[in-house]
Amino acid sequence: MAAAAAAGPSPGSGPGDSPEGPEGEAPERRRKAHGMLKLYYGLSEGEAAGRPAGPDPLDPTDLNGAHFDPEVYLDKLRRECPLAQLMDSETDMVRQIRALDSDMQTLVYENYNKFISATDTIRKMKNDFRKMEDEMDRLATNMAVITDFSARISATLQDRHERITKLAGVHALLRKLQFLFELPSRLTKCVELGAYGQAVRYQGRAQAVLQQYQHLPSFRAIQDDCQVITARLAQQLRQRFRCALPPAPSPICARLLAVALPCVCFCVELLLALGEPFLAHARGRLEKELRSLEAELGPSPPAPDVLEFTDHGGSGFVGGLCQVAAAYQELFAAQGPAGAEKLAAFARELGSRYFALVERRLAQEQGGGDNSLLVRALDRFHRRLRAPGALLAAAGLADAATEIVERVARERLGHHLQGLRAAFLGCLTDVRQALAAPRVAGKEGPGLAELLANVASSILSHIKASLAAVHLFTAKEVSFSNKPYFRGEFCSQGVREGLIVGFIHSMCQTAQSFCDSPGEKGGATPPALLLLLSRLCLDYETATISYILTLTDEQFLVQDQFPVTPVSTLCAEARETARRLLTHYVKVQGLVISQMLRKSVETRDWLSTLEPRNVRAVMKRVVEDTTAIDVQVGLLYEEGVRKAQSSDSSKRTFSVYSSSRQQGRYAPSYTPSAPMDTNLLSNIQKLFSERIDVFSPVEFNKVSVLTGIIKISLKTLLECVRLRTFGRFGLQQVQVDCHFLQLYLWRFVADEELVHLLLDEVVASAALRCPDPVPMEPSVVEVICERG
Amino acid sequence: MEDDAPVIYGLEFQARALTPQTAETDAIRFLVGTQSLKYDNQIHIIDFDDENNIINKNVLLHQAGEIWHISASPADRGVLATCYNRTFCYVPSLDSFGALGKSAAQLFIALATSSDSKVLTCAAVWRMPKELESGSHESPDDSSSTAQTLELLCHLDNTAHGNMACVVWEPMGDGKKIISLADNHILLWDLQESSSQAVLASSASLEGKGQLKFTSGRWSPHHNCTQVATANDTTLRGWDTRSMSQIYCIENAHGQLVRDLDFNPNKQYYLASCGDDCKVKFWDTRNVTEPVKTLEEHSHWVWNVRYNHSHDQLVLTGSSDSRVILSNMVSISSEPFGHLVDDDDISDQEDHRSEEKSKEPLQDNVIATYEEHEDSVYAVDWSSADPWLFASLSYDGRLVINRVPRALKYHILL
Repeated sequence: MAAAAAAGPSPGSGPGDSPEGPEGEAPERRRKAHGMLKLYYGLSEGEAAGRPAGPDPLDPTDLNGAHFDPEVYLDKLRRECPLAQLMDSETDMVRQIRALDSDMQTLVYENYNKFISATDTIRKMKNDFRKMEDEMDRLATNMAVITDFSARISATLQDRHERITKLAGVHALLRKLQFLFELPSRLTKCVELGAYGQAVRYQGRAQAVLQQYQHLPSFRAIQDDCQVITARLAQQLRQRFRCALPPAPSPICARLLAVALPCVCFCVELLLALGEPFLAHARGRLEKELRSLEAELGPSPPAPDVLEFTDHGGSGFVGGLCQVAAAYQELFAAQGPAGAEKLAAFARELGSRYFALVERRLAQEQGGGDNSLLVRALDRFHRRLRAPGALLAAAGLADAATEIVERVARERLGHHLQGLRAAFLGCLTDVRQALAAPRVAGKEGPGLAELLANVASSILSHIKASLAAVHLFTAKEVSFSNKPYFRGEFCSQGVREGLIVGFIHSMCQTAQSFCDSPGEKGGATPPALLLLLSRLCLDYETATISYILTLTDEQFLVQDQFPVTPVSTLCAEARETARRLLTHYVKVQGLVISQMLRKSVETRDWLSTLEPRNVRAVMKRVVEDTTAIDVQVGLLYEEGVRKAQSSDSSKRTFSVYSSSRQQGRYAPSYTPSAPMDTNLLSNIQKLFSERIDVFSPVEFNKVSVLTGIIKISLKTLLECVRLRTFGRFGLQQVQVDCHFLQLYLWRFVADEELVHLLLDEVVASAALRCPDPVPMEPSVVEVICERG
Repeated sequence: MEDDAPVIYGLEFQARALTPQTAETDAIRFLVGTQSLKYDNQIHIIDFDDENNIINKNVLLHQAGEIWHISASPADRGVLATCYNRTFCYVPSLDSFGALGKSAAQLFIALATSSDSKVLTCAAVWRMPKELESGSHESPDDSSSTAQTLELLCHLDNTAHGNMACVVWEPMGDGKKIISLADNHILLWDLQESSSQAVLASSASLEGKGQLKFTSGRWSPHHNCTQVATANDTTLRGWDTRSMSQIYCIENAHGQLVRDLDFNPNKQYYLASCGDDCKVKFWDTRNVTEPVKTLEEHSHWVWNVRYNHSHDQLVLTGSSDSRVILSNMVSISSEPFGHLVDDDDISDQEDHRSEEKSKEPLQDNVIATYEEHEDSVYAVDWSSADPWLFASLSYDGRLVINRVPRALKYHILL
């Protein structure tokens, strides 16, 4: 293009060629073929781009340029050119104009022809289209008619068509039925021919239908036949399966195996296809068993005994489960962990339901007393479950069964502990009744020793019975006795700690609760019961506890893996209980006597009493009661040691006399610097005697108990006397009473000095409380006392 | 100087009655009443010189009879009330005080000859001679000759009511009101014309089966001094002095006879009681079914229980097992959160106490058991002047003055 532009300015060639086309191109073609081609292509697009591009200088003198200005051009010509040249230009111009005119005319003509022909063509087309429109209209009408007809025809044929469809359906059904009816024979044939795959496919197809319609006898028959054949099929498959799979893999076998492998896989696949319904069927059967068991459990009819129940369960359910498991394992062993898991889940689910039933049944048994039956039942239950347990280790049935047995055993232990406690309380009630029963006149008190022996033996026999009953759980022939629980924990924690030690604890607690009873006046518990319990506890401490524990240890061969309560702890507890009971007994009895003494001192008018002729009745009563207590305690407790007695203790003279008489001789003096101690002797005596602890703990012997009671009583007497004022005869009465007490009480106590001391103090206090202390002659006192 | 050693003083007669001189807040002074049927009874005014550990005493004659109970007026140092036995011959004469001046010997003669003589416990208000009021420091030696006599202010006439068991003064008042317990009656007296006349203001009585007898009573320092508590048999009762009606009743407070009771000076509903069942029980009078706390340290009847006037965790009990026990009842005191105490301090000073228990901080325990007595202890009481000092009196006439262990004292104070 740049080249064309360069050529453009040449005045001679340029002006004519652009508007003319082919004619104008001639001089250019000679110069450059290349540029000509360009121009040729440029023409179609060129008119827009080529023209302005060609005469590139904005020269107004370029004839072909866009900016041509005739005035400028003329001006230029006139100024530059001579006339001749002007003339030449003019002619040239004219010639060119003429050429252009003729060219234009040619062009117009040519184009006009083309236009004419185009108009003709369009007119013809218009005619043709009108014709076509008419035809289309006709086509539409025809189509409507056709539709109408068609609808009419199909309406007419509808009925028949339906019938045909139904017939076709019946036909298909009949074919299916035929297939079913022919199924047994087909299956047989297949089995005979060895087309196992085909057979299984048939069976698989028919199974659902047969299952659905099995209530119809004919189908039932087919199903039965099929099952028989399937069983046979399964048999054969198993046979093949076994043949195909050599038992021990050896090099040769390995090759065989490689050959047989697809076959085995095939078999398994087939069997799996059969397997699912197998388990479902088994479930149905086992559930029926469970239902019948549950019916036996039913609330209203008296349940059959537990042994029968577990037998039923064992043979029905567990047996069934065993069979199922065995069959399944035999069939699907090769199925690997997935199959085993499926079976385990199956067994677990049904097993848990079975266990729930068994537990319900066993719970009904808890109240009962017969352990042997229960143990036998449990044994059977456990034994039966060991078979499936071995088969189905994963299902954990055996573990669950052992757990149940353990739980039952534990509950039994609790039950026995309750039983023992109840027995103990029962014994106590019996004792109370025996103590409260009206006594026969001649009989001296209830046979406390007998009662004690009764109680002890009855408790011991209860314990032994419980031990024997519990021992059944660990008998050799019982299947679960070798479980670790029954060999270890059951013996040590359960029987020894739970049952025996627990019972001893609770016994001590029950006994101690009598000491803490709020009725501090002692009315609630008969004192004899306290005494008896105390002796019982003491007996336990000395012998029974160790005996019972030895017995237990021997029977149950307790292994030393659990810490057990040592005998000494229990003994200490029992001893403490015995001590508290005895101390309480002393308090209660002491209180009874001291109340008596107190009333007698408080209610009497000691100032205006008459000269004593007799020992007061209350003192006799005190001695009688003390004797009774002595007898009572003597029945249960040993004598105990007492200090050496002086032979003439009863004849002892009152030291108080001398002191009170001496005191009378002293002249009254208020000299504070030398304060006269009114009962100097008594004080000196106190200096050398030990302080008397009135409510001190007692020892386990008769003397100590009696000493305690007498101490309490006499101390009360002393305190009461000190609150009263006595006349001369009042003092003498006290003197007589005290002498009487001394005559009879010394024999009960450990240290008679104690009685003397206390009684001396009583008389001394009475003398102090008497404005006119004239004591009675000792000989008279003695006479009165001996007479009384 | 061993400060904690007990100081012992011996009276020549049996004695049951002990009281601090309540109105005296500077000097440590106790009044002790003797019991003797044969000789003139005395009231010993015991002054204790804390610094020198010396006892000074003055003796007043109380010729009316043996003293069963003594109480000092909270307002007037010189005024006290006693309950005493009078022995009557024949019929008690109306002008019973005419016989007071007569010698005891005459009485005894009368007694000896009469077979229907009677003993009646009376009560009277007395005034001691002026010079003894504030404790003249007479040396113990020269008091032999002239024992002074009490001046009778008035007699609480109980001929219609029976034996007087005790007399208690209104604790915060002006010494004008007293309550006396006579058999089954509770009597409120107004003392008029400088205590020379006692007018029975109001009274109430117990009704019930058997012979009901009050054994003891205390006037509560709380509720504007309108409450009195009494003990009879096994029962504790509270009374409103305005209406003389019962406000609460603790049945079977003790298994046996209730001997004494005392109000907590700082906690208005708390009350301690003791009795023949060897127990000391602490009560909240708003809940009478259960004791708040029970102590069982004594081995015989507990005759006396006293709260310390300022530190109510300190409780003093005296018993006929001849022991006095000082307990620390921190948990139910008004100062339940005390300071910790060093175990060493106490054990150093207290190891001579045989039954001294090791001190645990803030736990109720026995601080000390005092075994200086050889006969039954019938009365214990705190000094009104020194809160760390107390006296106990046993039947044989031995008065022992003891102090709270010093370590405990510092522990409570600091």
